Amino acid sequence: MNLFADAWRWLATGSNWTGDGGAATRLVEHLLVSGLVVGIAAIIAVPLGVLVGHTGRGRTVVVLAASTARAVPTLGLLTLVALATGIGLTGPVVALVVLAVPSLLAGAYAGVESVDRVTIDAARAVGMTEAQIVRRVELPLAAPLLVGGLRSATLQVVATSTLAAYTADVGLGRLLFAGLKAREYDVMLASALLVVALALVLEGVLALLQHLVTPRTTARAGNAHPISTVPEQSPTERTS
Amino acid sequence: MKWLSQNYPQVVELFLTHLALSVPAIVASFLIAVPLGWSAQHGRGLRGPVLVGVGLLYAIPSLPLFIIVPVLIGTPLRSSSTMIVVLTVYGVAVLVRSAADAFASVPAATLDAAAAVGHTRWSSFWRVELPLAGPVLLAGVRVITVSTVSLVSVGAVIGIQSLGTLFTDGFQRGIRFEVVTGIVLIVALAVLLDGLVVLAGRLLMPWTRGGRAGRGGRAGRVGRGGRGARVVRRGDDAPVLAEPRLAGAAQAEEGPR
Repeated sequence: MNLFADAWRWLATGSNWTGDGGAATRLVEHLLVSGLVVGIAAIIAVPLGVLVGHTGRGRTVVVLAASTARAVPTLGLLTLVALATGIGLTGPVVALVVLAVPSLLAGAYAGVESVDRVTIDAARAVGMTEAQIVRRVELPLAAPLLVGGLRSATLQVVATSTLAAYTADVGLGRLLFAGLKAREYDVMLASALLVVALALVLEGVLALLQHLVTPRTTARAGNAHPISTVPEQSPTERTS
Repeated sequence: MKWLSQNYPQVVELFLTHLALSVPAIVASFLIAVPLGWSAQHGRGLRGPVLVGVGLLYAIPSLPLFIIVPVLIGTPLRSSSTMIVVLTVYGVAVLVRSAADAFASVPAATLDAAAAVGHTRWSSFWRVELPLAGPVLLAGVRVITVSTVSLVSVGAVIGIQSLGTLFTDGFQRGIRFEVVTGIVLIVALAVLLDGLVVLAGRLLMPWTRGGRAGRGGRAGRVGRGGRGARVVRRGDDAPVLAEPRLAGAAQAEEGPR
């Protein structure tokens, strides 16, 4: 328990936060890398997921990819890509994008697919084009599950960015590994607590976002997907 | 290939170590999560707090946990006990939700009927509720089996031996084949254990087999994810009251994971 006091003292010391190698720099790095990865993954996965959900084609591939990805160890992927691309940011970014894509893809696909067929038929009947149906009907109704996918992808990426410091010198993981090497357990624990705090804050923000995008009208009785069935937390695999 | 022929005794040993870390954690997760999930479902006002609690546990990244757990419970930093505790925390975090959904999928009318024919709460749990919740529970166990096997490898970066050691060693020495071997073996182990879980499910719940075959034999088509979702969808037969939540469970099964 004493170690917690030491870690707290480390965190409370201003000089540990400032400067090039300070905790503040590492925290910003961590956020930038995670944001970059989730952004790239979303650009790839969300349109694809919406397309699959809308057309119903390629469903098998999406489900298969999402479940296979669960078994692939991220550390293995990370070291493999790092060996191929060399020390630097490319390795972790590629590996983390691969990690984040299945969650986002599945979220977008499941969200769009969960929209009641009757609702879509109704939209078609009042003369909406396919593009309008996607934009004005499917996307708003799919939003909770879509954000759910974003939430689990972000969670995984923030967690795994810690691991990224194993092959690239960025992020909070760098403090953690530095502490591990030098046997400075207070630094290790302090950086561990920082990562945990960051993950919990982001989780809270995204949970709030998910709550905000949940359409209120779906709470009405008789609807196939009442509000209470939106998974607050998708049972995603933890790979890091 | 040359690397493998020179090092295969060590690889076999790491494989067995990996297995020895995964299995106790999966079993412990099950034993802890089922009562928790049951009380989340049945305890008045417990569902929210319990599910939020496990959600937060799940949000904690594993690498920091490998450092926090030893400080909290006094296990050595690089030890299999630390590893098993960390794995169990994640297993419980995922499985409690599945278990709560599984028990929620049992129609209340069935439990009333069980009480009416003279089951005590205890015998109703073992003989009615648990068997009916079984298929959904099984889907949850399959999820944590695969993710646990994958997660064990992370311990390698702080020095806990497992197949993940092939990643750290391969990276340090620049042997790509060693890393690939690790990935292939971990996926293989996950598939193997998942298969054993499915087999155990068939043996313990023989009635689910007939139900699946009778539904157009789609089960084998989409592989793991699809089959898990199908099990959840058994609720098609359930009374209307139970349906909304089942629809949600099915979404979660197919959703981001």
